[in-house]
Amino acid sequence: MKNVTGVIFYYYFICKRKLWYFSKDLNMEKGNELVEIGKLIDENSYKREKKNILIDENINIDFIKDWKVIHEVKKSRKIEDAAIWQLKYYMYLLKEKGVDIEKGILDYPLLRRRNEIYLTEDDKYTINNIIEKIDKIQNLHVPPAVIDAPICKKCAYYELCYI
Amino acid sequence: MGETFYIFNNGRLKRKDNNIIVTTPDGRSKNLKSEVTDEIYIFGELDMNTKLLNFTSQQNIIIHLFNYYGFYSGSFYPRETKISGYLLVNQVKHYENLDLRIELAKEFLLSASHNIYRNLRYYNGRNGKNVDLEKSMKEIQSLRNKMKDAEDINQLMGIEGNIRKIYYSRWNDIVNQDINFNKRVKRPPDNMINSLISFINSLVYTTVLSEIYKTQLNPTISYIHQPGTKRFSLCLDIAEIFKPLIGERMIFSLLNKNQITEDDFEINSNYLYLKETGKKKILMEYDKRLMRTIKHKDLNRTVSYRHLIRLECYKIIKHISEEKRYEGFKIWW
Repeated sequence: MKNVTGVIFYYYFICKRKLWYFSKDLNMEKGNELVEIGKLIDENSYKREKKNILIDENINIDFIKDWKVIHEVKKSRKIEDAAIWQLKYYMYLLKEKGVDIEKGILDYPLLRRRNEIYLTEDDKYTINNIIEKIDKIQNLHVPPAVIDAPICKKCAYYELCYI
Repeated sequence: MGETFYIFNNGRLKRKDNNIIVTTPDGRSKNLKSEVTDEIYIFGELDMNTKLLNFTSQQNIIIHLFNYYGFYSGSFYPRETKISGYLLVNQVKHYENLDLRIELAKEFLLSASHNIYRNLRYYNGRNGKNVDLEKSMKEIQSLRNKMKDAEDINQLMGIEGNIRKIYYSRWNDIVNQDINFNKRVKRPPDNMINSLISFINSLVYTTVLSEIYKTQLNPTISYIHQPGTKRFSLCLDIAEIFKPLIGERMIFSLLNKNQITEDDFEINSNYLYLKETGKKKILMEYDKRLMRTIKHKDLNRTVSYRHLIRLECYKIIKHISEEKRYEGFKIWW
């Protein structure tokens, strides 16, 4: 079973097909304009913090304050649900390792907003469930069908899916 | 989409801070905006060092080198970062299994020959010459039908050779300039058209390489050509499809508009050697053509000729992942 990275967990909420491609190392993000903008936002915000903490070579946390609050930086609130779960997943993994995380914060430097996220007991159960489902998707022989949603238009995988 | 630079000057190519700079012996210099550069073609004699190569590698810039005569020497390209073991295994599987291999090879050549047919159709009755290409078009169509039944790669390539022979035999009718072109001669080319084909094919080849590089496909595993020996043979496979559209249409137009004439060649070299002026004219036109756009039917987006090559890679990826059968690109306008 392949490690479930933060990105893969995030993709579970966006598009299962993208998840499948990504897990086969068929990633399309490089060179995509929106992705590059996201990278620039990441590089140019919160410069005073210690950033990009890699844990288990598996998840890459944007930054942590005092090992109590973890932050995830996003460009827009378009797919906030997925971002919330990505943060919860990080909190879950860190808690498993005995790091007591108080809360997570979603930062939108461009919007000058932030959103606090907490992990509940129920969430842990849900996360376990999702990990199992992700594993099933990764093991599919062919990728799941195209979702044909409005978000496809801006996705880095658009051409691969619709050609 | 990044930019391409073509350098004819002699001098030095160097990294200065986070820029790539060309300086000529007389002290002029130009900044190549490394952030937005994808490829650099070098036709002149340039000095460079590892600092520059390390930097271009880091910026994912490919450098294509051409020798004094304008023949392709090779490319310096950054370490592969887009690697998918999964895809490589499937690429190999489609090579090793003969049925799977011929299916792909056929589709490449059926598309290529369709595009050749379209070129003839386009020039049929044009030029005020009233040339009649119908007969050759029919011959090509019947050879294409035979192609569908070919049982092995050699047979397939034999048919494709015949198609090209018919095609080339009509170039004297398509081209308004008086050039005696009968057949394709390589190494060395023996007349203007053969030299143009050689030069322009190598451009198409490098463009395909640059596009494959941006995907997870491995450029050495191919289906029509034998894989891997000395060349990135998958580039050759894919180039077959685009040579008629990008390369050959350009040759016809360059010659018919008298943009390229005998004056662009060293006559004493038996037309082998394109002068710098000639190469420049061709590259300018080539670059323009790569940026030409069409409205893509399936994607409902405007895409450039160059980008069509990348889309071809995506279709191949989907085919060898067994998701969707590959249909080669066929000119539809």
